[in-house]
Amino acid sequence: MVKNKDFTMLDAKDLPLGGVLPDAGSAEEYETGGWRKLRPIFDPEKCIDCLTCWVMCPDSAIYVEDDKIAGYDLDHCKGCGICAEVCPDKVQAITMVEEEN
Amino acid sequence: MATLKELAKKEELFTGGHRLCAGCGIPPIVRLILRSTDSNIVATTATGCLEVASSVYPYTAWKVPWVHSAFENAAATITGAEGAYKALKRKKRLPGSDQERDIKFIAFGGDGGTYDIGFQALSGALERGHNFLYVCYDNGAYMNTGVQRSSATPLGSNTTTSPAGEVILGKQQWRKDLTKIVAAHNIPYVGQASPHNWRDLSKKSEKALAINGPTFLNVISACPLGWYAKPEDSIALCKLATETCYWPLYEIEEGVLKVNYKPKDKRPIMEWIKPQGRFKHLFKADGGMEIIEEFQRRLDEEWERLLELDGKRV
Amino acid sequence: MTAVAQTQRETGLTGNSAIAYAMMQINPDVCPAYPITPSTSVIEEFSSYVADGKVETELIPTESEHSAMSAGVGASAAGARVMTATSAQGLALMWEMLYIASGMRLPIILTDVNRALSAPINIHCDHSDTMGARDSGWLQLYSETVQEAYDNLIMAVRIAEDKRVQLPIMVCLDGFITSHAIENISLLSTEAVQGFVGEYTPDSALLNVENPATFGAMTLPYAYMPLKKQQSDAMTASKPVVEEIAAEFALLSGRNYGLLEEYKLDDAEVAIVVLNSSAGTVKDAVDTLRAQGKKVGALKPRLYRPFPHAEIAKALSGKKAVCVLDRADSMNGFGGPLFTDIRSALYSDANRPQIIDRIYGLGGADFRVNDALGVFDELFKVQETGQVDELIKYLTV
Ligand code: SF4
Ligand code: SF4
Repeated sequence: MVKNKDFTMLDAKDLPLGGVLPDAGSAEEYETGGWRKLRPIFDPEKCIDCLTCWVMCPDSAIYVEDDKIAGYDLDHCKGCGICAEVCPDKVQAITMVEEEN
Repeated sequence: MATLKELAKKEELFTGGHRLCAGCGIPPIVRLILRSTDSNIVATTATGCLEVASSVYPYTAWKVPWVHSAFENAAATITGAEGAYKALKRKKRLPGSDQERDIKFIAFGGDGGTYDIGFQALSGALERGHNFLYVCYDNGAYMNTGVQRSSATPLGSNTTTSPAGEVILGKQQWRKDLTKIVAAHNIPYVGQASPHNWRDLSKKSEKALAINGPTFLNVISACPLGWYAKPEDSIALCKLATETCYWPLYEIEEGVLKVNYKPKDKRPIMEWIKPQGRFKHLFKADGGMEIIEEFQRRLDEEWERLLELDGKRV
Repeated sequence: MTAVAQTQRETGLTGNSAIAYAMMQINPDVCPAYPITPSTSVIEEFSSYVADGKVETELIPTESEHSAMSAGVGASAAGARVMTATSAQGLALMWEMLYIASGMRLPIILTDVNRALSAPINIHCDHSDTMGARDSGWLQLYSETVQEAYDNLIMAVRIAEDKRVQLPIMVCLDGFITSHAIENISLLSTEAVQGFVGEYTPDSALLNVENPATFGAMTLPYAYMPLKKQQSDAMTASKPVVEEIAAEFALLSGRNYGLLEEYKLDDAEVAIVVLNSSAGTVKDAVDTLRAQGKKVGALKPRLYRPFPHAEIAKALSGKKAVCVLDRADSMNGFGGPLFTDIRSALYSDANRPQIIDRIYGLGGADFRVNDALGVFDELFKVQETGQVDELIKYLTV
């Protein structure tokens, strides 16, 4: 696919006509993790795998494998804290902490 | 109805890497709806936050075929695509090998693109009876252009075109009841939903997508930017919207209305308004409390009316 | 009997009926449409072809022209061949979507039955509607007669969908004058038309779910500008394609079309440039004056977008005086659009003629042979004196 991370003028002859983007889901290559001020810290010990955090995450940043939370996609997580909020009160498997840098 | 575990096994059709704000209420709605059918999906989006943020060239968050053309025409655009499908299927000329494939057509639009500028195209498309689902994500203002009032903006809300001033305290008008207006088109299915209740939303989108004919979902979507609210509260605020009956969950299936959620302990609207900065002037200025009281009174009336219709042919 | 003759049938048809008939023969995939005078009967008649099962087209009777063109964009992006028709306010309401169709490189085919734009409201012919869309990124073909409108529409399909072009196209004919008057026309057989236009096979399509693509993405300057260059290059590249397809069409129909039609222009010293049906009137005036031994001629551009600037400059180079007849006013204080384009095309020609602009026929105002003769009289005066008294003027008012 056409890549452009440095905002330089693209070459007309490389571009599919009419601005069509043929590579579905290519936004995965665009990292939004840098937006994060808070980082979710996940405690697998506490998690009951209800998957509520997964379904509510706006950035499709929570991995599920074999019906279980399998980790976080920190390249895309924007640190909104929704996952920590929606994790059941009696579970509280996610805590949001200051991002280091 | 699918469980979350089943839903999680399906492919993610709206990826990360989009540029919607942290805590935006839109993506959970989109992600869930795209999982609500096993058929192929072709989608369109009206100009707005979702469109702009999901397709910044050369990146796209869409894993389904997707088109954007303009602001006021998502419903018209999708009916063109649906018409093309019917014609090419009839002519056995669908692109690709499978001529029998089933495709569902979904149009997404914000409240500005649906209640306001896209209203005519929506009404026309519903009347023509195309086979498509229209999803309005209603965050109650033109957020993409910097929080201007729309006809979905709640009473008293401070927006950049209904500002809280010295004399006028935010939006003066009651919001348009789009769900009912859409229902008046007598289409097979209309639903009002909220992303916090994924079960309800998922059930409604499954139903809508299984129906042959035009269907409509109005889904509340929190906007941390325009609501002046904390991003982590987006889902909780949607929940409160249903607990206060600001956003009742109901559906109208083949003309029969069903209220899907009746809070046992209906919360005062104050609880929903309070955490949102767009209403904060109402707590300071003279006359602010009257607006909140008026808000409560009209909500109560609407809720009563809705309850009266519960189970009835409307 | 020649092969050409076997494929043809002579009949009398109005312009609108001929357009609807061509659409029936083409059998487009989707026709999104909204009625407006004077194009309405195109859509009415085509709707009957749909209702009678003569075509397999999906007719989408939208609630506005804006939605018609929006549905056209959705359908074309989905992979369908899309045809529609409109006039005047209808085209104006489509304005936003015209640019989008072109920018997305969707080869939608539209017939515009030319009508004046409001206000004041008027349903009769002039070219202000399509002239207003002249820079929307659509190709534009103008048609003098019913035959030319029919032929243009069939060629338009091939031109728009050509891989070197992939741009939408407008076929224009004069409201009421051409659209509603019955003329003799030679129709091609439906097999011949279908063989000529072939099937539409876009490189990417929404309905190609195996290769899900994104159409109409949001671009920042680094992508917007190169994509615009592509579009502009395609517009330029379409000119030889129009000629190529006309040559192919000539083999099928026996009818030859250039980018321009030159009428007794070769040795002419003064000439009138005119679009659409009034070319017939001007040709009559040319014949009258030729009979008197006057060296006069006419030039009728068939292709207006892309603008055949070099061909026009070549055709007019060396003439003494030229009048451009504009059936629209740009309202820019500098005459009509055809005039400014042609004057600009002649700028670098060492033998450029004196050139004047005459605005005529607005809102259906009559333009008769006598009016054309009057214009030639003015041109003779310019030729004689080498002086232009009035650069731009409204005729008949
Ligand atoms: S913090 Fe927000 S973006 Fe990050 S994983 Fe949690 S819900 Fe997703
Ligand atoms: S919401 Fe909490 S308990 Fe449920 S899956 Fe996520 S982390 Fe685990």
